[in-house]
Amino acid sequence: MLITRNLGKTFHAGDVNEIKALRQIDLHLPPGDFVSVIGSNGAGKSTLLNAVAGVYPVTTGQIIIDGQDVTNWPEHKRAAFVGRVFQDPLTGTAASMTIEQNLALALKRGQKRTLRTGVTEERRQQFREVLSHLELGLENRLDTRVNLLSGGQRQTITLTMATLVRPKILLLDEHTAALDPATAHKIVELTNKIIGEDQLTTLMVTHNMHQALHMGTRTLMMHQGQILFDFSGQEREGMTVARLVDMFAEVRQQELADDRLLLGT
Amino acid sequence: MSSAPTESEKAAAVKEIETAVKAAWPRYVPWAAALVGIVLLLLLWRPLMNWISSQSWNVWLGALAQGLGFGAVAIGVYLTFRVLDFPDLTIDASFPLGAAVAAAFLIDGGNPTLSLFLAFIAGALAGIATGLIHTRLKINGLLASILVLTGTFTITLRTMGQANIPLLNAPTIFVPFKPFFRDLFVEQWGQQWVRVHSNVMAILIFFVIIALLKLVVDWFLHTEQGLALRATGDNPQMIQALGVNTDRMKIVGLAISNGLIGVSGAIMAQYQGFADVNSGAGLIIAGLAAVIIGETLFGSSPLTRATTAVILGMIVYRTAIAVALTINFPLPGGVTFRLEATDIKLATALLVLVALALPHVRQRLKGQES
Repeated sequence: MLITRNLGKTFHAGDVNEIKALRQIDLHLPPGDFVSVIGSNGAGKSTLLNAVAGVYPVTTGQIIIDGQDVTNWPEHKRAAFVGRVFQDPLTGTAASMTIEQNLALALKRGQKRTLRTGVTEERRQQFREVLSHLELGLENRLDTRVNLLSGGQRQTITLTMATLVRPKILLLDEHTAALDPATAHKIVELTNKIIGEDQLTTLMVTHNMHQALHMGTRTLMMHQGQILFDFSGQEREGMTVARLVDMFAEVRQQELADDRLLLGT
Repeated sequence: MSSAPTESEKAAAVKEIETAVKAAWPRYVPWAAALVGIVLLLLLWRPLMNWISSQSWNVWLGALAQGLGFGAVAIGVYLTFRVLDFPDLTIDASFPLGAAVAAAFLIDGGNPTLSLFLAFIAGALAGIATGLIHTRLKINGLLASILVLTGTFTITLRTMGQANIPLLNAPTIFVPFKPFFRDLFVEQWGQQWVRVHSNVMAILIFFVIIALLKLVVDWFLHTEQGLALRATGDNPQMIQALGVNTDRMKIVGLAISNGLIGVSGAIMAQYQGFADVNSGAGLIIAGLAAVIIGETLFGSSPLTRATTAVILGMIVYRTAIAVALTINFPLPGGVTFRLEATDIKLATALLVLVALALPHVRQRLKGQES
């Protein structure tokens, strides 16, 4: 469903501040794969997601979604294939607009927007139906403005919006990191439910080792713009958070050692 | 077996009475108001009659007509500043441009209704120019609009061929209605009613036009395209992730906003009897003042309320100006101070400055308290 070939992204190329955020990422996600990505800050996790979403052009390589080379497509065109949920719950919704208006916007993701009424009674019915599964009572508050909702509620709506029209690929960028533990737990459950029901191909960035191992079907560890480990199946089953943390630390040690070598200490 | 009422029951009873009174009293308000009105009318009959025959109230009619005529400016400014969150100064150019296009068309004997459509298109083109410069060439929005504003001055002047075109004998939108209103006022009560009759006529016609424009804008902002436009101003990152080309939406918003302002320019030129190349100077601040006054006095949510509120804001603004211009302020030493029309711009700028600065100042004061 998603293939990246030799994907590279360099920021400030040719500058003293040059950062190679992604180096030769070769990734293949078959349909239905739910991949979680971990890595330290600056490992390139978010850059990978943004590159797939088309937020900025990549420096090298190719991005193929469902057989289509989308490398040169602008972000808004790629949105037809991609559903996204951001870390900041405020980012995913239009605050001054109502729940139903936000959902109506999401209903037309990647489709032509017409001069017909955005929120019709028929669509309202559909929104009520979708929201009632969340069991938050939001189906009775369709005309509430989103800025009156809590962060968790907003993130729930963002997740609903990202999957209202089935995306070919769902991108979750630490979408529970800004929430309190109880709310985060609910969002995790909802994520599992939605992705499980619709068999969505998903790429999820997380800082939470537990999430990385227990959500989805596959775990990637990134470091310095490269994919270091790629676990799935039995190997992943046998993995524990403790071992993952150890591996993480090992990589860091390696890095420190390299630095010492470089600095001659 | 009933026991003594508990505290909570008492409180509930009191609350019930309170809500009953609250529910009931608005019903008496109109009657009480009518009674007070009748008494006042009887007491003030003579001065009232004198006042009516003096026609000094025509100032108020004039202000109302202007408020409605400039109403589309308020909606346009609301669309760019509030909905799109784009500081657009093109407005100062699209107003005289709309006036110029309509005037040039009318003195050639063009259809007055068509002149409004042409004014819309001319204004919209100015808006599109700003939008293209901003989105394609990545030039700051304010600077882009100032560039278009400056350039459009030449186009406006070229369109008219001179700085000012009188429209006294042109077939304006008012011409078909003139005989009817003449019969109603001037033929009945004499020549001194000429000014009143033209104001009443303008108020009615402007009301119809601005109501239509408001309804169309309300409708548009609730279409799929309109929702995308609003989201572009609210959260560009989110709406881009939902597949909307925000650059395109900005251009559409600027086109509609400036088109409306072009229409306002066209109808005001026909009302005032001339089109002037300088008629747009400082209009953006007047529009902002109307938006701020309207939102403060009449509310801004939901959106359909806001579009009405900003029109009312423009009426209040024009009325305040009209009143301010008629007041003589006595100064010590027997001198009186009169505001001139040229003083209005400073007063308006100060008003908008205060309104824009208020939230910030309030926050700083709060910060000092804690």
